[in-house]
Amino acid sequence: MSQASTEIIRISGHAGSVPGAGLNREFQVCKLVDTTTCIGCKACEVACLEWNGYTFSETTFDNTYQTMPETAWNYWNLIKFNEHERADGSMMLLMRKDQCMHCEDPGCLAACPADGAIVQYANGIVDFQEQHCIGCGYCITGCPFNIPKFSPEARKVFKCTLCNDRVSVGLEPACIKACPTGCLHFGTKPEMKELAETRAEQLRNVSGFADAGVYDPPGVSGTHVIYVLHDAKNPELYGGLPKDPHIPYSVRLWKGPLKWLGNFAMIGGLVGLAWHYMRYGPKNEEPIPPDDRRRV
Amino acid sequence: MSTKAISRSTAAGRDEELIPRYSLGERANHWLGSLAYIYLLMTGLAFWSPYLYWMAAVVGGAPTARFWHPWLGLIFTVSLFWMLKQWHGDMRIDDNDRAWAKAMPDYIQNRDDELPPTGRFNFGQKLFFWGMLLSVILLLLSGVVLWYTETLPWSLRYVRYAAILIHASVALVTIGLFLVHVYMSTILEKGSFSAMVHGYVTRAWAWTFHRTWYYEVTSGSRPRPRQ
Ligand code: SF4
Ligand code: SF4
Repeated sequence: MSQASTEIIRISGHAGSVPGAGLNREFQVCKLVDTTTCIGCKACEVACLEWNGYTFSETTFDNTYQTMPETAWNYWNLIKFNEHERADGSMMLLMRKDQCMHCEDPGCLAACPADGAIVQYANGIVDFQEQHCIGCGYCITGCPFNIPKFSPEARKVFKCTLCNDRVSVGLEPACIKACPTGCLHFGTKPEMKELAETRAEQLRNVSGFADAGVYDPPGVSGTHVIYVLHDAKNPELYGGLPKDPHIPYSVRLWKGPLKWLGNFAMIGGLVGLAWHYMRYGPKNEEPIPPDDRRRV
Repeated sequence: MSTKAISRSTAAGRDEELIPRYSLGERANHWLGSLAYIYLLMTGLAFWSPYLYWMAAVVGGAPTARFWHPWLGLIFTVSLFWMLKQWHGDMRIDDNDRAWAKAMPDYIQNRDDELPPTGRFNFGQKLFFWGMLLSVILLLLSGVVLWYTETLPWSLRYVRYAAILIHASVALVTIGLFLVHVYMSTILEKGSFSAMVHGYVTRAWAWTFHRTWYYEVTSGSRPRPRQ
């Protein structure tokens, strides 16, 4: 959303150089969501709306705690509820704060054709710059987490900014501020990773969650939002968190081999036609021979 | 129609006498399709590569291009189906075309007298036509998915994944067809371009490139295109 003073290391649809390419910053930011201590109070949702200036959206009722099916263009942060029955028949309410994961390898940015519509800052934040967005929706296809959402009025796409405007002036994201249980943390990636691993270990050794672990998917080279899960072997249980997220193969094929093949073919085609003309020249009409038998 | 042809012929000799080749409707539709395609090509290439993004600026900017590209796609589709209506008879592939296909190297190497005589359209033109028609169907289907991408639910995301690949690949095929078509009709085969503009070709042109058709129209065994 907002322009920050942070260095930019990646730009969507960009043909030239990138100001911060190759930059090595001391810290990469990270948000840690500990799903095991989330109580589903939705304070983070409200804080997000307040900070970003959106009003509360109408809720839906589907016989569960889920207030709306997924995030929206003007609702970037949503708790996903899942009433999960465990093997021993006991019940667990799994709650996960869903928002942009700020992938280290962002599929949205890879798919975007508009110069500067999506940027990645050196601190890891992936941010949409709506003034450059053309509303094609390719980012929706590129994202493995179902995050970018299209606003029909603006004809542009919006998503969580990781409070880039706050972070760039040294504040925590709004959601972190609001969380009453302290299940949300914000800091550098190594710090958050360590804290998450410590918590996961505690869950495994003390709380009896043998499969507890940290969700920082390597398929997108890690994310700048990480989760502690009771059952890291089945992330799908947490409101459809993908097990092995990666940029869709078709997007990679399209932006990789197909692009090279296509460019090569187009340039080769032009060269080939020019060669043909020089080698064989034009086709000229020939005079009709006077003895043409079928002459009419 | 014939008075015009005859009056022009007296000065230039019989070979230069003009005979009608494309009707007004055929030409109008051809240029409607061409203009739509050129817009689609420029905006499509802008979305294809950052190095060609400037092409969108030429036609009014990228957000505007995103808005109009699908609509021009619809116009192009309509134009091609109108073409199908106009030309389906002439575009039918027959035994003669199979013989012509075998002699394609002669055509490419400008040994046109080695080729079997062709009707109104030769096999190459037919391939171009059917190739474009098939492409436009695939582009339309994948294009609708990209047009309203955001309305597809997450569970149908594979449709998007497929559409993005199909749209780009098929568009590349049409670019290949388009390049060859433009090359042949503007600089390679003299007289073709003006035929699509004015509607007329010379007798010699028709005799050289579409001999069967030439005999048919001149003998009156098929009606001449209405101008
Ligand atoms: S979660 Fe989606 S929108 Fe967010 S950075 Fe990753 S690919 Fe982009
Ligand atoms: S809709 Fe998404 S992919 Fe398209 S220009 Fe906007 S940010 Fe980029």
